[in-house]
Amino acid sequence: MATLSQPATRGTAGSHDRAVIRVEDVHKYYDLGETRVHALRGVSVAIERGEFVAIMGASGSGKSTFMNIMGCLDKPTSGRYLLEEIEVSGLTKKELAAIRNRKIGFVFQGFNLLSRTTAQENVELPTLYAQISKEEGQKRAKDALELVGLGDRMLHFPSQLSGGQQQRVAIARALVNQPSILLADEPTGNLDSRTSVEIMEVFQKLNDDGLTIVLVTHEGDVAQFAKRSIQFRDGTIRRDEAIQNRPVASEVLKNLPTLED
Amino acid sequence: MDVLAIIRIAMRALARNKLRSSLTMLGIIIGVGAVIAMVSVGQGAQQQAQQQIAAMGSNMLFVGSGTVTRGGMRMGWGATKTLIYDDMVAIQRECPAVSAAAPGSQSSAQVVFENDNWATQLSGTEPQYFSIRTWLFQEGASFSQDDVETAANVAVIGETVRKNLFGATDPIGETVRINNLPFKVVGVLAAKGTSAAMGNDQDDIIIVPITTLQKKITGQNWLRWIVVSAVSREASYTAQQQITALLRDRHRIRSGQDDDFMVRNLADMADLADQQAQLFTVLLASIASISLLVGGIGIMNIMLVSVTERTREIGIRMAIGATEVDVQQQFLIEAVVLSLVGGAIGIAFGLAASYVITQTLQWPVLVSPAAILAAVVFSMAVGIFFGFYPARKAARLDPIEALRYE
Repeated sequence: MATLSQPATRGTAGSHDRAVIRVEDVHKYYDLGETRVHALRGVSVAIERGEFVAIMGASGSGKSTFMNIMGCLDKPTSGRYLLEEIEVSGLTKKELAAIRNRKIGFVFQGFNLLSRTTAQENVELPTLYAQISKEEGQKRAKDALELVGLGDRMLHFPSQLSGGQQQRVAIARALVNQPSILLADEPTGNLDSRTSVEIMEVFQKLNDDGLTIVLVTHEGDVAQFAKRSIQFRDGTIRRDEAIQNRPVASEVLKNLPTLED
Repeated sequence: MDVLAIIRIAMRALARNKLRSSLTMLGIIIGVGAVIAMVSVGQGAQQQAQQQIAAMGSNMLFVGSGTVTRGGMRMGWGATKTLIYDDMVAIQRECPAVSAAAPGSQSSAQVVFENDNWATQLSGTEPQYFSIRTWLFQEGASFSQDDVETAANVAVIGETVRKNLFGATDPIGETVRINNLPFKVVGVLAAKGTSAAMGNDQDDIIIVPITTLQKKITGQNWLRWIVVSAVSREASYTAQQQITALLRDRHRIRSGQDDDFMVRNLADMADLADQQAQLFTVLLASIASISLLVGGIGIMNIMLVSVTERTREIGIRMAIGATEVDVQQQFLIEAVVLSLVGGAIGIAFGLAASYVITQTLQWPVLVSPAAILAAVVFSMAVGIFFGFYPARKAARLDPIEALRYE
């Protein structure tokens, strides 16, 4: 696997307190007619460079709302959110789009690839919105696909790829603009257990290379592959702790039977 | 994001749904095709009308005997007997804007040649009539001024008469009988076709010296009309004024009284025919435009369906960094590409239709580059207009909602 240069590996010395993500007392309300839903009730957290955080919690715990705010898809009702020391809540929609494009890589549960579009073109998509030249975009897409082990499937359509392969394409797409952080929302939710571990292997590898990863999941065994776990309940953080005895995905895979049919 | 990349994305999106894209384009194809074909037909008619009037001689003026009221009954044009040969001589002599004039009288006649006979219009005039009307001969020549002096039994026939009476026989030198009098055919006029201004067959005519007609057939000594040639097209209005003043004087019409004659200016008639042809073009084009409008609504319909169907795609694009403007441009360009490609095919279709109309209906057709340019601009405008709302709808989607859309 080739190594993708990450912002995390460049010039971060001497900035220990410079968190990639700093959330301070964030609240989020949704007004649904008469009733007001209080989705986040004062969340404060800091995520440093090179961390691998699993965000856990039942549905309705506020973890998805938190994820959307971190991903700049949504704005907090009150509180501060700083992404690489930039106050996000004051930005326009257009500026938020630019941040999503350059600083954040999304991986979704349902892969969310464009159908009838090759893996290569799917991965290139973020470069189109980043004013990157076509040649450079193609080169980066190729590198990113090789990084996730799909260098030989670049011209396949999503329908010709397995679920695990589709998720790898999605990861490559998230990496192509060299973001500060990778946000994965239930990335293994649609995958069988072996493929889930394979995806976690990719994440661990990327994290070892310096990429900051935030993973939202409700599966405890998937969260185990991260370095830190944050538990959400009723819109607040219940528990925030380092994960002990973290398994190495590539080791786990050796002991799992291969499902070949 | 640069426009080329957006166009590429739009083309790819359209190519993914080829059947739907082509059906959507069909509306625009038919619309633009119809507009081009109809405008071509209209402009062809306009050009033909202008040519015909030019062929009649655009300097020409027509003086007709006027109307009269007898016992409260208005008799219509040609009822007065006051327009006489001397008026024609006076017009020639006293109006400086007039270069030539020819008298005319007419009747209808049954013309017989051997076993065939044909009812036609019989006119009597003098030889300069043919030059004033710029009417050429396909065979033979006009009768002479001598024939007029002697009231000779000679005749010039129009193409329609020749076709109906003679068929393959050469008519020159043959004798036809008009109202049982024998006439020698001395000339056959070149075909002029149907008059656009008056709508009658100008070739269905037989022309004899005016003296012959007046003395031997009608027994009338007044004129039905005088054709006049002005010195130039611009002078035809002056000539009209001069003739009117002269004839009012000669006919002793006091001021306040109506003319007992009428003067028609062919330049007026040319304008009138032009206006009619233009109206015809506008009418045809507006009917055709309706189909273009329907085509545009079709585009809007499909674009709205497409936006709903691709809500998730829009969500993905926004999540990975597309701005509202990017999304709006993408859908707008899809609509414009649909309408422009449809417009281009429609132009080909319209040209083909124009060709078929010329070939099968023998209608004159004039394809103007302006109409093609207008079609391109118009179809693009249709794309922008009808694509705007769906594109805006797409751009306004909330990315979180869009990503959750099933």
